[in-house]
Order: sequence, then C-alpha cells, then structure tokens
Amino acid sequence: MADMSVAERVRPALPRVPALAVLAHYLVGYRRTWRAGVFSSFLLPVLTVLGFGVGVGAYVDQGVGGVPYLAWLVPGLIASTALQVAIGESTWPVLSNFRWIKTYFAQVAAPLRIGDILAGHLAFVLFRVFTSTAAFLVVTALFGALRSPWAVAVLPVVLLLSLAVAAPTFAFSAWAPSDSYLALLFRFAVIPMTLFAGVFFPVESLPSGLRQLAYATPLWHGVDLCRAATLGEAPQWSVGGHLLYLAAWALAGWLLARRAFRRSLVV
Amino acid sequence: MTIAQPLIQARGLVKRFGDFTAVDGIDVEVRAGEAFGFLGPNGAGKSSTMRMVGCISPPSGGELRILGMDPVRDGPAIRARLGVCPQLDNLDPELTVRENLTTYARYFGIPRRVARERAAELLDFVQLTERADSKVEPLSGGMKRRLTIARALVNNPEIVLLDEPTTGLDPQARHLVWERLFRLTQQGVTLVLTTHYMDEAEQLCDRLVVMDGGRIVAEGSPRALIEEHSTREVVELRFAADSQEAFAGKLDGLGERVEVLPDRILLYVADGDAAVAEVTALGLVPASVLVRRSSLEDVFLHLTGRTLVD
Repeated sequence: MADMSVAERVRPALPRVPALAVLAHYLVGYRRTWRAGVFSSFLLPVLTVLGFGVGVGAYVDQGVGGVPYLAWLVPGLIASTALQVAIGESTWPVLSNFRWIKTYFAQVAAPLRIGDILAGHLAFVLFRVFTSTAAFLVVTALFGALRSPWAVAVLPVVLLLSLAVAAPTFAFSAWAPSDSYLALLFRFAVIPMTLFAGVFFPVESLPSGLRQLAYATPLWHGVDLCRAATLGEAPQWSVGGHLLYLAAWALAGWLLARRAFRRSLVV
Repeated sequence: MTIAQPLIQARGLVKRFGDFTAVDGIDVEVRAGEAFGFLGPNGAGKSSTMRMVGCISPPSGGELRILGMDPVRDGPAIRARLGVCPQLDNLDPELTVRENLTTYARYFGIPRRVARERAAELLDFVQLTERADSKVEPLSGGMKRRLTIARALVNNPEIVLLDEPTTGLDPQARHLVWERLFRLTQQGVTLVLTTHYMDEAEQLCDRLVVMDGGRIVAEGSPRALIEEHSTREVVELRFAADSQEAFAGKLDGLGERVEVLPDRILLYVADGDAAVAEVTALGLVPASVLVRRSSLEDVFLHLTGRTLVD
C-alpha cells in the first residue's frame, strides 16, 4: 500500500441496496458448496416419490378423493421440503453467525442496518428454497405427478411459506441460549408439522382438536395452496385467506427477528 | 469540518449495562493523524468505549461525536468511514482470503472491480498475496489477524479502530502487525487501539489514556506518563527468599519510592547506578541487581495496582 493509487478510487459509501451486498456474501460462499447440494436436491425428491408415492401409494388403491395418491402427495412433499430447507437454513447458520463464526458482528461494524443484515440472510434462505423446490418440480414433472400448468404457482407459494417459517426461526435462533434448543425446534415443531399438517393424509382424518392445531400451522396453508396448484383445483380455504395468514406469520416473524438481532448485536 | 476539530470527541461518556457501569464519564479527544491508545486491565471499560466509538453500542449518557456526527443517528454514515478490527477475528472461514475482502468491500458500496484491485493491494500490504486463494480456516493466528486488519482497511477508512490487535499472537507475528500498523500511521491514518500490553502502547501510541474501573486515571504521551508517574530508572534487587523483609526496612528513603514484591524489591530512582552504589555502601549484598529504564508498565501498575483482575 506504499502507493495508494487504488485507495484513492475507493469511495466508501452506503451500498445502494445493502441487503443485496449481504446476499452476495452468502452466494459467494454457496458457490463453493452447491455441487454437493445439487445431487441431494435431485436425489431426495426421486427417493421420496419412489418410496412414498409409488411404494406406499400401491396400498392406497382408491387414491385420495379420487386423485391418485402420488399426485395427491407430491405437492405436500414439495411444501414440506421447502419448510425443512427454510428452517434448516435458519437455525444452525444463524446461531453460528452469532456464536461461532460471528459473521453478523462483522456485518454490523460495516455501514449496514440490522434490517439489511436480516433481509440479506433471509433472501439467501429463499434462494435455497427456490432452487431446491425448482429441482423437486422438475423431477416430479418427469414422473407425471403434476396435473396442471398451475404447478408453477408452487414457487411463489413456497417462498411465502418459507418466509413465514424462516423469519420466526431467525428470531428463535438468535435467542437460543445453545444449539441444543435448535434440536428441540425440529422435534416439537418441524416433525409434528410434517406428519400432521396434511402432507401424507388429509387433516380431516384427524380428531377435531388436532385438526384445529393442524389448521394453525403455516405448513397446512402452504400444502393446501400447493396441492390446489399442482392438481389444478380450488383450495379448501380461500387463496386470499391463505396468503394473508402466511403473510401475518412472516411479518410477525420479521418483527421478532429484528428485535432479537438488535438485542444481540447492538448492546 | 475544520482541521482543528477532533475526529472523536467524548464528554462525560457513560455506558451502563443494567446496574453495572462499564464506562463512567470519560472525556476523550482524538485528533486526525494520531495513534491513540486506551490502556487498562481487563474490565476497565476499553472495549465498551470502542464499541460506542464504532457506533454499534449507543451511549448511556454524555456526549459523543465521531467525524462531527452523532453515532446514534448517523451510525451507517460514520461506519462507512471507519475501519474496525475486533478483538476476536470474525472472518468467514468458508471463503478464501481474497473473498473475505471483496465481499466485505461490497458492504461499503465499492464496485466489484475496484474491490478486487483494493483486495490485491491490501493483501500485498499485509503480506498474504501468496495465500490469496486459500481458505481462511488453515491460516495461522497471525495471518488471520493481518487479514482482519486488511479487511478493516478495505474502505480506505479515516479512523481505524483496533481492539487488542496483537492479543494471542506469538512475538514474530506481533512485531509484523506492529510494523504494518506503524506504516499506516506514517500514511496519516488515525489509529485508535486498546491494549493491555505496555510494549504495544509504547511502540504505537502517540498519546494514550490509562483506564481503570471505567474511568480515565491518566492521560498523555508514553514518555510524559512515565515522567509524571514514575522515575527515570528502576533498580530491581533480589535477595535470598527469607531475608527480603529484613533488607526492605533498610532501604527506606532510597530514591522516590520503594516497592516490596514477594520475589524482589523495586527502587524507583533518577539514577540507577548511583542507587546501586548506595545500596552497596549500606553493606547490603543482593543476590542479583538489575538497573533498567522506567517503562509504561511501571506507570500502569502504579496507577491500576498489582491486584489480579480476571
């Protein structure tokens, strides 16, 4: 740096869209690991379609409400996979950014606001959900499990679903006193939701108390919308109602996450 | 902003965490181009002060202006012109050395091409060019620290904040970091650093404050502080273990101050050799004698005490 010629051209300022600069950081890191991920994002849907759709489906001869089991199941699997990717990317990576590699502390020392740091990381989570959902759609289309061109509407739906679960999970991970709390989240939220929110069987089969719980989960709303899209039928609830419910989760999660981030970063 | 205006100005600055007062009303002024140090034992309030100056910790009381702006209201605008090297490295271990600089540069709105050139220039400056494309994980502590310093410089900052820049490094690595920081001060960059190493403060700081218990207990250049709070020279006398107390009594009145430690006796004097001659004249034969110049360490221990702070 004896000759500061480059330095003279460095004009520090606020980035135009700071959250994009944050997203760019995660994408640079992802560039090194995506190959390993691509294999599993295609393999996982193939295995689940074969195992549940073709294998289990063989025993469900009448299908569900006249729809073959595979076609009925696939949209639920897409929504629940999106949920698992969204929550997976919002737990250990967030905790690590606070406790282990401390990325958030490096970011808050730069001219970024809490909202930029949060939005940039959430955008990366949505990117991950988008790529794995797109892979799932391609694979299931090849199996002939998508019955309507409306199936492309699955993409925006799972992004909203992911935001609805990722934002509160960010808040939880920022608050979590240790990483053993994250395992609890999977045990008591992710797994029960996956089992009972209408992915594998209709929630109507549940006793009424449990059914109300299933309706309260964001996953059920995502599943109902995805299923309507890939089957080309009307959802059980109004589309607007579903979207509003998921948006409410996303908004509440965002506010909680921003507060939790501020508490940890601005002290 | 006029030239005379200090870059950092604190008046009665306070930071409280619940009932605990970490910084208890300090007045500090840092001027452009100087290397300014916060010196103090653990828990003295140095890091809390640095975090307030870094605009990530709102003051609980008093006044703080940085680059003429208010750190609470203008945080991002101020941080765009600061470089921060935290106490614990928070580099991204998944990225390469170079990527750690280029991704960070984007937080400052620096265009990609300029960021790449700047990264190359800084890697050269911190002598990491050969490791540019290796991951951060396997780097040594000294290399990681130099990379963190390079990252703090990516936006060509007006003030660089360094929180204990050489803590945990081996002697070779420390000297290399000092040498690079010294080069920065030569280029007119304003440095603000915290340290509990006296040699570091003497090497790097034009001016420093000694903090203890959240307050400033002394302020000045290293030389002025030594002149004010210590003597020119110190004589260290060692006696046979059990006879120490007996000898100590006989040394009273020798020099400005006599300090009896478990393993040795320190005489604070203007002329060390003369003092040794006086000791010999008293008929005392110490097991060993060391005459040395007074250091900032003597000042520090005198002002903040010898009790261990954990």
